Amino acid sequence: MNRAALHRGLTMSRRSLLLAGGVSLGLAACGVKGQQKPPPTQQEITSYWAGQSRHGKLNFANWPLYMDDKRTQLKQFTQATGTTVKYQEVIQDDPSWFGRIQPQLAAGQSIGYDLMVMTNGIELTKMQLLGYLVPLDHSRLPNFAQYAGPTYKKEIFDPGNLYTIPWTSGITGIGYNPKYVKKEITSIADLWDPAYAGKVGMFSATDELGYFGMYKLGINPASAGPADWKKSAATLKQQRDKGIVRAYYDQTYIKSLANGDIWITMAWSGDIFQQNVSEGTGLKFVIPKEGGSLWTDNMCIPLTAENPVDALQLMDFFYQPKIAAGLAEYINYVTPVPATQAVIRAQAAAATGDDQDSLTEIADSPLVYPSATDYARLHSFRPLTPTEDRTFQDIFQPIIQG
Amino acid sequence: MNRLRATLSPYFLVLPGGLWLAIFFVIPAVFMLSLSLQTGDVVSGFSPTWSFSNYTNAIGLYHTQLLRSLAYGLAATILAIVLAYPMAYWIAFHGGTRKSTYLLLMLLPFFVSFVLRTTAWSFLLSDNGILLAPLKSWGLLPADFHVLATAPAVVLGLTYNWLPFMVLPIYLALDRVDHRIVEAGRDLYAGRTAIFTKIILPLSLPGVFAGVIMTFVPASSDFVNSQVLGGTANTMIGNVIQSQYFVASNYPIASVLSFTLMALLLIGIFAYARALGTKDIMEAAAR
Repeated sequence: MNRAALHRGLTMSRRSLLLAGGVSLGLAACGVKGQQKPPPTQQEITSYWAGQSRHGKLNFANWPLYMDDKRTQLKQFTQATGTTVKYQEVIQDDPSWFGRIQPQLAAGQSIGYDLMVMTNGIELTKMQLLGYLVPLDHSRLPNFAQYAGPTYKKEIFDPGNLYTIPWTSGITGIGYNPKYVKKEITSIADLWDPAYAGKVGMFSATDELGYFGMYKLGINPASAGPADWKKSAATLKQQRDKGIVRAYYDQTYIKSLANGDIWITMAWSGDIFQQNVSEGTGLKFVIPKEGGSLWTDNMCIPLTAENPVDALQLMDFFYQPKIAAGLAEYINYVTPVPATQAVIRAQAAAATGDDQDSLTEIADSPLVYPSATDYARLHSFRPLTPTEDRTFQDIFQPIIQG
Repeated sequence: MNRLRATLSPYFLVLPGGLWLAIFFVIPAVFMLSLSLQTGDVVSGFSPTWSFSNYTNAIGLYHTQLLRSLAYGLAATILAIVLAYPMAYWIAFHGGTRKSTYLLLMLLPFFVSFVLRTTAWSFLLSDNGILLAPLKSWGLLPADFHVLATAPAVVLGLTYNWLPFMVLPIYLALDRVDHRIVEAGRDLYAGRTAIFTKIILPLSLPGVFAGVIMTFVPASSDFVNSQVLGGTANTMIGNVIQSQYFVASNYPIASVLSFTLMALLLIGIFAYARALGTKDIMEAAAR
């Protein structure tokens, strides 16, 4: 089967494509047909990849601060394979990224990128359900098979890594500025502490926010339903109405935390580490004792990609322990390649002075290599069906939009 | 033949603008109206169900943000008049040969991107930023004083971002004031106050009217200022529409709110025009 046939198989009829494209432009007069597609068969996957060839170039859309400014790993890739990579830091958050690419994918047009990184969450689930992602050919991912940590081969949001393999994982916990917060923070309840009224930051992403409300109340999010969500929303609303929350932040929270606009906030582990390294701010990060969130940013190939073979090759390249170690040293989030710890230790042993210290710090960091106890406290976002997601959004959206 | 051409030519003249409006306003508006009555979700699809309950639901959920947006828009508009009128007055009557230089100076900041300008304000107004930090260290302000994440911050941002849309129409109206009328007023022993209230102000009202529309409408539907400068209690309806559309992919609710906002703005403007005497104002503005 050629690519066009896979298009038909994986996506939808031309007619519903047009309608779907129309809706996004606000141009649909009549109803929009359902676009949900069953997962592709093995035969469809094989024949899709059989019809593809290498082009020696690809476009990679990623989040800021996910690779050093010199793009070291991409240069190594070009050296090893001759393939050139155009790398752009265009993804700021999943909803707006999904909003941006969805109309083009619905219309069957190229989004201009062959490889992109999306967090597990409703947008990624929608991408899977709508058939907007290319199913991966695991026979071309030998490094992933050999080196990926066991946790990352059985992610609940993408069983069998059908569409995605992890770029990096990360922890959502509490970040604080010890210049203003004098005591040691250990509990989620500290985000509700009236002593920090007006200086508390919370995340505007509804899953992040809703899960923190559930941790505070001791609800296990894996089995939580609408009744629990409502309890969580009630406690978050109370926190807001008492004037404790200053604002609901996206990525911008880190600047506000560094310059003192907020003192204590929901935070992503790697941001705090990177901020401290780049500007010497002594910010702190903790996984609250009640629990924190473990999310995974995943590499995936949009269905309309022009260079899928090159993209797949690059995805696998990132799983070589040496390459993955280079990324982990820069990103400082949880790496999906455990073998990197030995690589970084070896590099530390060979290095001297400050380099040695910082490499040792990374190799020993529980934020890059969480312990088993840490993993036990961390929860992944449960994938929601679109109907569940509607309910979830209806419960948590009104909090952010006070 | 000539008569036919004479009858038809006005229609030809209005054709480009009319088509533009039809394609980019009327058609989307009709589709949006249809969307606002549908139910469903982005994966299983939306279907037309004539669910007018969308309107009651959405307005029930978000009436606070709707009213807040109108209030912020109104506050920003009034503030803009207060700032813009003296500016425009000064440029029109005392600008001399440098009028266009002054206008350019006023417009200069607006050559920079809208989002960047607003972000610059968030730097300036930051709790420990260059404005508040000195005032706090001199003890003029309490340590926990902050401007960001408050309603005034959002209103100030809105005012700043739409100020030129107020200055320009007022300036144009003032610049067209016939100086012979002012002289006539003086000859008849009118004082400065009387000349202003009886001659200049009434003649400049069409400019103020145009400025109010051009400021109030976009300011009320803005979402950037409240996102960058506001806090938890400053969300405007623009933010809700944006996140309903992009985050929740709930196109019907987003359409409902857009329509409601449009209706509220139209009612507001017609009421305002009626209060000022629409006909006179529109005619004067068109002159």
